[in-house]
Amino acid sequence: MNIQVDIQKEDSMLIQKQMIAGHFEKLSKAKENNKKVVYTFVPGNLNELIRAFDMLPVHPEVNALQSGMRKMSGGYIQEAEKTGHSEDVCTYVKCDIGMMKKGNIGPTGLPLPKPDLLLLSYTGCFTFLKWFELLKQEYDCPIVMLQAPYQAEGEITPEMRDYVTKQLEEVVVPALEDVSGKKLDRDRLKELLESSARAEELLVDIWNSAKNKPSPIDAYFGGVFYIGPIFTAFRGLPECEDYYRILKAEVDYRVANKLGPVTPEGELNQQKYRIVIEGPPNWTSFRDFWKIFADEGVVMVASTYTKVGGLYENGFRHDPQRPLESLGEYCLGCYTNHSLPARVEILQNYIEDFEADGFLINSIKSCNSFSAGQLLMMREIEKKTGRAGGFIESDLVDPRYFSAANIKNRLESYFQMIEAKRVGA
Amino acid sequence: MKMTAENIINRCEELHDDLHFNYVKQWKEANDAKAIGFMPVYVPRELIHAAGMLPVGIMGGGDNMEIIRGDAFFQSYICRIPRSTIELGLTGRLDDLDGLLFPAICDVIRNLSGMWQMMFEGKYIKYLDVPQNFGEQGRAFYSAELADMAKAFERISGNKITDDSLNTSIALYNENRRLIAELYDLRAEAPHKVLTSDLFLLMRASNILEVTEHSQMLRDYMVSIRNSDRPIRDHVRVVVTGAFCEQPPLSLVRAMENSGCFIVDDDWVLGNRYHLDPIDVGDRPMAALIEAYLGKTVATASRYEEGDDKGMYLVNQVRDRNAEGVIFASASFCDPALLDRPMIQDVLTRENIPYTAFKYAENTGQIQVIKEQTGTFADSIKLWGVQ
Amino acid sequence: MDGCYIGIDLGSTTTKAVIIDSDERVLGRGITNSRSNYELACQIAREEAEIDARFITLSQHLEQSRSVCEQREELMANLSSYYGLAHYLRQLKALSDDCLGARERWLCSEDEAEKICDALSFIFSEMEKDAPNEFQPEKLSQSDFFRDLASSAYMRHAERVCTERSLSFGRMIGLFDGAILRVENQSFAGDFEDYLEFARLKTLDDPRFATFGDPISTSVAATLNKTFNVINTVGTGYGRLTLPFDKQQIRSEILCHGLGAHFMFPKTRTVLDIGGQDTKAIQIDEKGIVTAFQMNDRCAAGCGRYLGYIADEMNMGVHQLGPMAMQSSKTVKINSTCTVFAGAELRERLALGEKREDILAGLHRAIILRAMSLLARSGGVMSEFTFTGGVAKNEAATSALKTLVIENYGDVTINISHDSIYTGAIGAALFAKRDPRGVMADLEISKLKVKKKAPQKMAGMASVAT
Repeated sequence: MNIQVDIQKEDSMLIQKQMIAGHFEKLSKAKENNKKVVYTFVPGNLNELIRAFDMLPVHPEVNALQSGMRKMSGGYIQEAEKTGHSEDVCTYVKCDIGMMKKGNIGPTGLPLPKPDLLLLSYTGCFTFLKWFELLKQEYDCPIVMLQAPYQAEGEITPEMRDYVTKQLEEVVVPALEDVSGKKLDRDRLKELLESSARAEELLVDIWNSAKNKPSPIDAYFGGVFYIGPIFTAFRGLPECEDYYRILKAEVDYRVANKLGPVTPEGELNQQKYRIVIEGPPNWTSFRDFWKIFADEGVVMVASTYTKVGGLYENGFRHDPQRPLESLGEYCLGCYTNHSLPARVEILQNYIEDFEADGFLINSIKSCNSFSAGQLLMMREIEKKTGRAGGFIESDLVDPRYFSAANIKNRLESYFQMIEAKRVGA
Repeated sequence: MKMTAENIINRCEELHDDLHFNYVKQWKEANDAKAIGFMPVYVPRELIHAAGMLPVGIMGGGDNMEIIRGDAFFQSYICRIPRSTIELGLTGRLDDLDGLLFPAICDVIRNLSGMWQMMFEGKYIKYLDVPQNFGEQGRAFYSAELADMAKAFERISGNKITDDSLNTSIALYNENRRLIAELYDLRAEAPHKVLTSDLFLLMRASNILEVTEHSQMLRDYMVSIRNSDRPIRDHVRVVVTGAFCEQPPLSLVRAMENSGCFIVDDDWVLGNRYHLDPIDVGDRPMAALIEAYLGKTVATASRYEEGDDKGMYLVNQVRDRNAEGVIFASASFCDPALLDRPMIQDVLTRENIPYTAFKYAENTGQIQVIKEQTGTFADSIKLWGVQ
Repeated sequence: MDGCYIGIDLGSTTTKAVIIDSDERVLGRGITNSRSNYELACQIAREEAEIDARFITLSQHLEQSRSVCEQREELMANLSSYYGLAHYLRQLKALSDDCLGARERWLCSEDEAEKICDALSFIFSEMEKDAPNEFQPEKLSQSDFFRDLASSAYMRHAERVCTERSLSFGRMIGLFDGAILRVENQSFAGDFEDYLEFARLKTLDDPRFATFGDPISTSVAATLNKTFNVINTVGTGYGRLTLPFDKQQIRSEILCHGLGAHFMFPKTRTVLDIGGQDTKAIQIDEKGIVTAFQMNDRCAAGCGRYLGYIADEMNMGVHQLGPMAMQSSKTVKINSTCTVFAGAELRERLALGEKREDILAGLHRAIILRAMSLLARSGGVMSEFTFTGGVAKNEAATSALKTLVIENYGDVTINISHDSIYTGAIGAALFAKRDPRGVMADLEISKLKVKKKAPQKMAGMASVAT
């Protein structure tokens, strides 16, 4: 049976690999095929809208993290720093700028097309504004900005919803129409949104499968590696739904057979610690980072980072009946657009719902949107759940800011602390 | 006491150094009124004032405050201002504030608003999410934000904000902005007389003094300084930019000036120079406040700028002030300033304007190193001039 | 004989070992410098702990003898110092042999080599003559490692000899440096029995103790007969991953420090440890189990290393910093705890005419401020508080810490123990004993030879045995 599972497993991984390769292939041929290209961010991405205009999205953060995984980011960052960027600022930005200066070769080795439109979804991250201001200096193309106001009081007010919907209706859609040269096909948009909602249903089921013991998925490493990515560039398309159906079947099989997720170290069936994790991963040493956890028998049962591209567990779905409004709500609901008290609550719920032994914060130097205030969050969550928090530091794609020994040292202490608490000394 | 420039500056320095905000305490008692604090850069102070409250700008703890608890909440790669602000809060120094506003300037200040919600429950805490869309859509949103804030101010102060009271406040702040503009012009004209350290302290005093008192202070200072006979010095004229949020320590401001630079424009305490035109006083003062925000303002890194004019605000400042160079002085780890810097530097290079850059913290101990740098920059301009 | 348990703390500068019995009583402690060879450092620390334990046994036996009891302490001090002397002389002999044995590698003329040989022989014979003086009972200190003792004596004589005989001092230092590295990486504790025999004989030569022949011999015999049935060993510390241990026998420093501090001060709830490479703030429960911890972030700002850097900048020894800072009458505010920036700030303050002691007081305060924020991060100080680690020996640091803890957390009990250097090792030993898996493993790292050969007269001791 194991063989069959491995084949099934490889099915989903293979499919997602093909889908992504296909996407970059299309991007490399966009100009010759007269396809327009939109650069936009993962949080608050308007994929359905972009696809409704038959345009192709490019996500600079995804390129940056891919560069990190391919060990290219160090050089790109230095390239950007040579041109006056400070060592203090976000390395996604610097990696992207450096990559552009080095010819804009994408993760699959194919060149990326220049943007026809910069669609700045200002959602949950101030740096996004500056990032696209910087890109605007480099590319001779229009830019359009969509601001999703911050949920400072822990809710979406009617004024916030109106603001986003109006921007979509009056600014973003016209900009897309201008660039694409066609009117928005509202029926097509509805179709895409319907498909998104179905895929969202599947995705939520997959995330929730981690409530099983053993958990069939790793909701962080596996989450960013093969569960989440398809969602961003393909949401709304039939192949996205298909992918999640296959994945869901695999996960169901694992649950039925009490199997753990596949990690670089093999199948993690002996799960010693169930952990909830806050913050993005480190990409430059992604495998080493994952291995540290797998070696300790840790399975990540829930993560917040995988919700920067959208938070669906509380029932939000893209809604074909309210197309622009629901797109706006989607933007407003991304994880990093939540206030700190709300983030504490989200993590607290994860810890309780997924019966975690503890929670970890991977504090990322680049990302103040995540990181500023995490130490207070940790204290609050410890107080509220009685579960111990662990704290480690690294960076997104700056290889200079990843110390495996340092992280290992802390994690070892952390897991031993959990163990000691369990047995009592 | 005679209001000599020296006396005024001494008073400002006392206010600057007083991290217990005794002025606020006394003002509240004397006026039986409330006070609302705000973080940099921009808030509509007129609205606070119109509710009969004292707007108080909080700009960290400077270099005289030891941070013990504040550091516990922030990693080493986060700037200094949130640490010292938390320290001020936890040591009770902000207890006299009846609310605190966190305008959208960056993610650190944004998240600080959430931290405040958790740490100081029961206080009025507002994250002021200013629109970055300056058109019709932003107008509607900002109107709602201001209306919401106005309601809160009315509740806290117990005073109704009427068109009349708002108009009065707007007029007072217009006058204050006019005087500040005059002070800046005067410094550009006679930088040997209006020392930058004086101006810096006068600007910092605007954070705390009630606006009429501050305006009077500016008038007195200018009268006194016009008649002074401070000696002319041979310094290079520069514009300082990037210091709009966490402020450099006073000793650093003095060191830059003493290194051979006349600072003829800058962006410290930028909020009180935010609007370039007077705000309309008339039938619809709320609408006027909103238009003022959406309309003609300074360009600064926390304000989104998508057009092709990026950096031109600074270039024009350099030209208008007859400056010979630009100093980028940014707080370490300041995302907005540091991400803006390469774009602005490109424009300066294009326009043949020399520049230098350094980073500081509000408590930096590296004064000599920076002084050496700005001094060398000034010397190189003197020697080689602008190409 | 009951089983015993060993904890080893392999730190970046020193390695510590502690032996406890099954009632969790400390039997002995040992310390050595970590060198480059961690495995050897562990072996030596453990041997030292075992020797310590044997001496404690010796003392207990002597205590039982009615004739000795009054003079027991004096007697023990004598035995220990002669033991130390014998051990030292053995190492010195090895050092001398190593130095002289390297002659063919000297790359110099025969004449020159002859001169160096003469000089070396002279230096070592002088060192040997000085030795008994260094090992007076009242001078004894466990923290003086062979390297430190030998190098200061060698320098003293070499400097004089080089001037008198116009030899290159640098060359002589070079010879010493090479040899000490090799000698340091050997254990000389194997001849424990010989050293003890030497100590016994020398002590009996002393008219004060001449009548104690019998009790001393019985006690020495008992000491030599003592066996250590090591049931489990746990390693911890900076270098723990390099220990030749099974993963189950390794515990993190955090856990060991927490449990060790609890053992020393059972009411402790918060532990601060400032070591050479890192700072740890640890919260523990009433059983000594860690509930929360924080470590300094990735840079070493505010750790012991910072003081080392400052000492270099000021051209002083690290141990001189604290005493000098204590003379300060006003504290200069130092804002940088970044090791690199602090150097610049220091120079700037000196240039501004601030006094060195005042600047140093400021630097110590800066370190403690960093530690205070880690403490706050980990949950603050709620009740009894214990300060451990190398920096806890620095008076200026402890004084700044006390002030700040009391200012911020009120009048809590603050423990600073001189034994605090063993905190981690004690914790490790306790984990070894309490291991729920009951691992049975003696790691065979002790090479102490006991009752294996007859006592013999030791080379190099004749000259002092008068």
